[in-house]
Amino acid sequence: MKNSVNRDLPEDVMKDLNYQPFESTEIGHPEIQRVAPKVHVSTGDDKVVTSIKQVIKDTLKDGMTISFHHHFRNGDFVFNMVMREIIDAGYKDLTLAPSSLTGVMNDLVIEAIKAGTITHITSSGMRGSLGDFVSHGGLKSPVIFRSHGNRARAIEHGDIKIDVAFLGVPNADALGNANGMEGDAVFGSLGYALMDAQYADKVVLLTDNIVSYPNTPASIKQTQVDYVVKVDKVGDPDKIGSGATRFTKDPKELKIASTVNDVIVNSPYFKDGFSFQTGSGGAALAVTRYLRQAMIDNKIKASFALGGITKPTTDLLKEGLVDKVMDVQDFDKGAAESMHTSANQQEIDASWYADPDNKGAMVDQLDVVILSALEIDTKFNVNVMSGSDGVIRGAIGGHQDAATAKLTIISAPLVRGRIATVVPDVTTVVTPGDSVDVLVTEYGIAINPKRKDLQEALGNLPGVPVYKIEDLQKLAEQKVGKPKPLEFTDRTVAMIEYRDGSIIDTIKEVKD
Amino acid sequence: MEIKETAVAGTLESSDIQIMISKATDGIQIDLQSDVEKQFGDQIRQVITKTLNDLDITAAKVKAVDKGALDCVIKARTIAAAQRASQTTDQPAWEVL
Repeated sequence: MKNSVNRDLPEDVMKDLNYQPFESTEIGHPEIQRVAPKVHVSTGDDKVVTSIKQVIKDTLKDGMTISFHHHFRNGDFVFNMVMREIIDAGYKDLTLAPSSLTGVMNDLVIEAIKAGTITHITSSGMRGSLGDFVSHGGLKSPVIFRSHGNRARAIEHGDIKIDVAFLGVPNADALGNANGMEGDAVFGSLGYALMDAQYADKVVLLTDNIVSYPNTPASIKQTQVDYVVKVDKVGDPDKIGSGATRFTKDPKELKIASTVNDVIVNSPYFKDGFSFQTGSGGAALAVTRYLRQAMIDNKIKASFALGGITKPTTDLLKEGLVDKVMDVQDFDKGAAESMHTSANQQEIDASWYADPDNKGAMVDQLDVVILSALEIDTKFNVNVMSGSDGVIRGAIGGHQDAATAKLTIISAPLVRGRIATVVPDVTTVVTPGDSVDVLVTEYGIAINPKRKDLQEALGNLPGVPVYKIEDLQKLAEQKVGKPKPLEFTDRTVAMIEYRDGSIIDTIKEVKD
Repeated sequence: MEIKETAVAGTLESSDIQIMISKATDGIQIDLQSDVEKQFGDQIRQVITKTLNDLDITAAKVKAVDKGALDCVIKARTIAAAQRASQTTDQPAWEVL
């Protein structure tokens, strides 16, 4: 069975899991039914407890689905605290459905899989030892990878039915009103966790900071929360935003960033009131710096900046160059603090941000997005999930969702060491070429042939050579040589959903 | 060219390869460590072997630690290590370059 990006999908697995092959980036106007959580009625007077063990015993049964958020990133203490108790209590056959998995969680996830505690996983991504473990066939049933918008969709549809959500927060009152902005381990927006709080049958907050009632602003509300667990420490503040914000000095990255800026400024979308999203990589941060100058020079202001937010973006807000920041997560301390002090930095949940099955999501209104790629092929398909050795080492994040913007720019070096970034066929298709418009490398740009208007607008910029993407691919191959094809077994270890829940590609077990 | 002593060329920086050549009695044996072994391992071994053969070296022990070097870099490091090992650095083998 092949889908519309020409990927062979395993018929047996597709049938077992009741999946449709990916067809199109168009969502259309279907009528859908959302689900609602079960509510255990209480006046809320005795939610505060001190024993995680007891809460787990009261809420969890074998075979259930549990969830966590990843806003603490590598400073997370909550995941390991809870998972330790769950493994030790001998639970079996659980589905793990976090918003994503960070490196600090890897050891216990692997232990839980080996113990039979976790038998199913759905996530935005995974890296390091866990990606390696799964790619070598460590988990029996395939991992389901979903974008942030698609996770929201899947929760609203009931495809992910969360029985118990364990949500760490830097503050909460005794009834469960909580936000991500005050306390020791602050991370700013609770965007991804808001889905779990709204749709899980049982919501367990864990906090090291119980404040007086009523706690405001309340991102998570007392009407959603069943338990408030007092713990010693929810996270390590130094590791929450580690390493994200840095201004690159790498000349290659700077060249790419300034070319991305040229593409934006000369596109039809660069006008007063435009909107944009950037990631947290070195080149993306540098783009923000170039874009700032271009906005000042041309007296242009943006109506909003979207997505995962960094300090350079909140600086634009303070300067008045951006009217609103629509914030689903914060990548650094500066952005998290700014959320606390700036009324124009609005916390948004994952559904509002990017869910395709919606009455309009923010990404549908987005003009320009700059995204990265591990690989991009001559059909403009992008891989952000599997490494050059075929092993899982990435996350979809908001890639598929934001790529629906009017101008989607992929910024990537032509080659990384001996590995070509522009290839004949990506190892894993995550974002379909149909939603990608321009590739920017340090050598020049390639424009999706479907975008005649952009060919026209960007065809003759001084200092910005335009290539056919096939020629960039050949240039890369000339430099690094032709790699030997990767070898995989027939066993499927992961399914990549497109944002509408169809299957855009699968990942096979690596052979070695 | 005859290998007289053990010699090294190259660093462990990204995009470089460190080549250590020492004496052997029979054939060219290559012990390769590379992050891109799966895709380029055969190619790297082939470049090292051909470069040594072009220098008329048919017996050598080679330890190579690759950090994603391109073929031209692998060739250059191999020549440098071989000339050091054969104590011929004052007579560059121009015809091999």
